[in-house]
Amino acid sequence: MANVTRRNFLKAIGIGGAAAATGFGCAANGTVADARSAHVVVVGGGSGGATAAKYLKRFSPEMQVTLIEPNATYYTCYGSNWVIGGHALMDDIKHTYGALKDRHGVNVVQDTVTEVDPARRTVRTAGGATMNYDRLIMSPGIDFRYDAVPGITAADAERIPHAWKAGEQTRLLRSQLEAMPNGGVFVMVAPGNPFRCPPGPYERASMVAHYFKQAKPRSKIIILDNKENFSKQGLFMSGWEQHYGEMIEWVPSSQGGQVEEIDAANLTAISDAGFTRIKADVLNYIPPQSAGAIAQQAGLVGDTFWCPVNQLTFESSIHPGIYVIGDSSVAGAMPKSGHSANNQAKVAAAAIVRELSGQEPLMPSTANTCYSLITPDHAISVAAVYAYKDGTISAVEGAGGVSPADAPASFRQQEALYTKGWYDGITADIWG
Amino acid sequence: MKRSRILAAGLAASLATAAFVPQATAEVTRGALLTTSCFSCHSIDGTGNMPGLVGYPRDLMISQMQAFKDGSRPGTIMNRHARGYTDEEIVLMADYFSTIE
Repeated sequence: MANVTRRNFLKAIGIGGAAAATGFGCAANGTVADARSAHVVVVGGGSGGATAAKYLKRFSPEMQVTLIEPNATYYTCYGSNWVIGGHALMDDIKHTYGALKDRHGVNVVQDTVTEVDPARRTVRTAGGATMNYDRLIMSPGIDFRYDAVPGITAADAERIPHAWKAGEQTRLLRSQLEAMPNGGVFVMVAPGNPFRCPPGPYERASMVAHYFKQAKPRSKIIILDNKENFSKQGLFMSGWEQHYGEMIEWVPSSQGGQVEEIDAANLTAISDAGFTRIKADVLNYIPPQSAGAIAQQAGLVGDTFWCPVNQLTFESSIHPGIYVIGDSSVAGAMPKSGHSANNQAKVAAAAIVRELSGQEPLMPSTANTCYSLITPDHAISVAAVYAYKDGTISAVEGAGGVSPADAPASFRQQEALYTKGWYDGITADIWG
Repeated sequence: MKRSRILAAGLAASLATAAFVPQATAEVTRGALLTTSCFSCHSIDGTGNMPGLVGYPRDLMISQMQAFKDGSRPGTIMNRHARGYTDEEIVLMADYFSTIE
């Protein structure tokens, strides 16, 4: 293991020398803050928020950083498909905030933010606290739009799990699959773009097929998709054919996949103006999504359901002093993934520290890496590097792309090893 | 020395600094920010089975990134990533890595 200390890291990024202050950031409400005395509040302890809190302290150790997160433990959405397929346990995707507190000096508050006041620069919590901030980072993840399709409400999620926020929903879907008879039908309704984790539904189908093949091989998986194509489609479909034969059936929107109504009482998805009705033994309705509820309350969403931001810094285009990262933000070509959120958090943290020090923002370069398991020994990936160009975040041409189509089994196996390596690496970078 | 003791020492030093000495302005360089992207997979602590990069020799890192970039070194995913960085950015990252002990 590398002999890295926090002090060495800080020394390496140029903090702790004798350079004098070059300037001060002036907050819009007239208060003056600098990177040493400023208080930055981070809302949400997922991949975006936890990374932001940690890197703010790394970039500017004297800064006061408060992370507000409702839960004491966090389950990653990535990796939750492995749990659903029986390839991992809930404890394998569980993370806590001890290192952020003890190792990095983040003030971690277990509470729920109920109100953001951008004019007064305060947040209010369910626990009754009101907190002032000099800068605010919002990383509230997603919320669900249950009003998009008639016949199903948020309350139905206790019987028809979305399992698109990991935790109890993951356990529920897994237990339903375990209780399903051999020969049963698992129906997944996948949302239209954009949504959290574009390859997620297809990795989920793969992992459920992996479980069915072992435990209930006469069962069927139907994906009703509210779109015409999906991430890594060619690689997924050839992998499915290779490992699962006809078990997985994917139905694009134009061929009956566009679900128009749910008969929740009968676990039935309805499309083609009522002509197509698919009855499930286990129904996994993944609703269309929006920015997290608190981002909507704070007035950070634009004309869409998501939060527009300055693509150079992730500062809100609507409310100065508030930065929106992760799934909630509109981040140019970057997908809504944990890896994106982790990269965006570092850009926002650097932008805040530099702004409060009177410095121009840096030209960011970010990346996305996403591995999906088709079987525990067969993984595929998509990668991209992003640069700021003409006011937006664009994928660098000629870089990235998906795993080769004609790769040998050894390549797929190596990618499966790196799937686990990626998971361990990124979760250590976020919560370690 | 065990890592926990090193960390404790580092923390104590930083707390002492906070109390008694005027602080320097933080400066986050482009090399530092670029390199944080590497930590997403190759965590700074060398967690997991991704190759650790902290302490990797500077010139070797440049030559290997260039080899991934021009296709002379095969990879699963690093070859796809390396093509996204300019020669200047590769040097900035290698320089930065060489400063982490």
